[in-house]
Amino acid sequence: MDEEKKMRDIVVPGEEIDIEGKPGRGVFVENGKLYSAYLGIVDTRMGYVNVIPLSGCYMPKKGDRVIGKIVDLAPMNWVVDINAPYYAPLHVNDVPWRVEFGDTGRFLSIGDVILAKVSNVNEMGQVWITLKEQGLRKLEGGHIITISPSKVPRVIGKSGSMIQMLKDHTNCRIYVGQNGTIWISGAPDGIITVIKAIRMIEREAHTYGLTDRVKEFLERGDE
Amino acid sequence: MGMKADFKLIDDNGLRIDGRLPNQLRPLRMEVGVVQRANGSAFVEWGGNKIIAAVYGPREAYPKHIQDPNRAVIRARYNMAAFSVDERKRPGPDRRSVELSKVISEALTSVVFVERFPRTSIDVYIEVLQADAGTRVAGITAASLALADAGIPMRDIIVGCAAGKVDGVVVLDLNKEEDNYGEADVPMAILPRTGEIALLQMDGNMTYEELTNAMDMAIDAAKEIHELQVKALKEKYRGDEHDY
Repeated sequence: MDEEKKMRDIVVPGEEIDIEGKPGRGVFVENGKLYSAYLGIVDTRMGYVNVIPLSGCYMPKKGDRVIGKIVDLAPMNWVVDINAPYYAPLHVNDVPWRVEFGDTGRFLSIGDVILAKVSNVNEMGQVWITLKEQGLRKLEGGHIITISPSKVPRVIGKSGSMIQMLKDHTNCRIYVGQNGTIWISGAPDGIITVIKAIRMIEREAHTYGLTDRVKEFLERGDE
Repeated sequence: MGMKADFKLIDDNGLRIDGRLPNQLRPLRMEVGVVQRANGSAFVEWGGNKIIAAVYGPREAYPKHIQDPNRAVIRARYNMAAFSVDERKRPGPDRRSVELSKVISEALTSVVFVERFPRTSIDVYIEVLQADAGTRVAGITAASLALADAGIPMRDIIVGCAAGKVDGVVVLDLNKEEDNYGEADVPMAILPRTGEIALLQMDGNMTYEELTNAMDMAIDAAKEIHELQVKALKEKYRGDEHDY
């Protein structure tokens, strides 16, 4: 998504994509022709034709930073909902604290929110996450909103430009999980502005020149 | 099927009881994204049919024994509301809706890339609010819209369409009177891009030629319905007014 000033065409599942290129993500080949697998927008880059879905669930990838919610406790692990088709276990060996057997509830309890990293995914869809890395932690206070995971790159912007702009304008702390969960902390009116801006990004994710429009929105202030 | 009508289903001009031509569809209206809590949803108004479909998932399949380690299981649930028909329908699954749930699940499984979501289930709820013959095909049409809206990868948007035989004439998209007093009803689910058939049932009697004729009619109509589906899906993202 570069600086072209037009809106990409929306394709539907099974729609032929009449663009020369190698099949990338979100497309499939039948009889030498490319077809979209999703309701999404066409994106060509580096010779690959991709379809970026407009909606859909988060599929975990190794190395992703995600925001998850503890949904269950077990003697040796926590069960975390990371907005994927599968729950992710967080083992006591993957946290920076020394946890006694059966004492998991003293560190993280049901409803707590954590910023974690996907440490492994296997072909059966099983996911493991970890807290043992710089910057990963339990998130306290703040506000949580969820967006479609396919729109996360737009919220972050090119090398973090969009998110940096939001932070600078509102003095909020913002964490964006690759799974589409966003944690915002700061002054109440700042949070409200951030949420409005993110909803705007989500709504107009398939258009160009978005960063400028969001900037305009932030400078105009909140009516 | 079976009952004989004491009135004419096809008049002397060859028009049907609601004034349609033999190969004419009833008016159709589709809307996507009508249920806020679902991952994807659609509403279809097809003649007198009013149907809501909602999709949840892919999510971990429970109970665990239904999980398939290689693919997602699609669980469609076709349900008719108690108030959807003239005489109150006893609520809950019955012989008919269990069968329809099964055949709809199988039809949808044939288009979804199920192997991309091992161990999960994709739940499709099809609620018939008002019934006027051809609810299973309208339900399939709504369900595929809801699946696309949920961002589930598919080979094609599946289209449901029925054809049949009334007063000796092969007709498209039967209404309630034609369904009750006609000779045959052939509900089909079609992949419009390739013309493949994902569901074919028949209630009543037809000759081989009549059946082929009916199928051709439904496949042609599927393209028309597919265009409406595409329009409904793109409509959701065209306007920028949304309420969250």
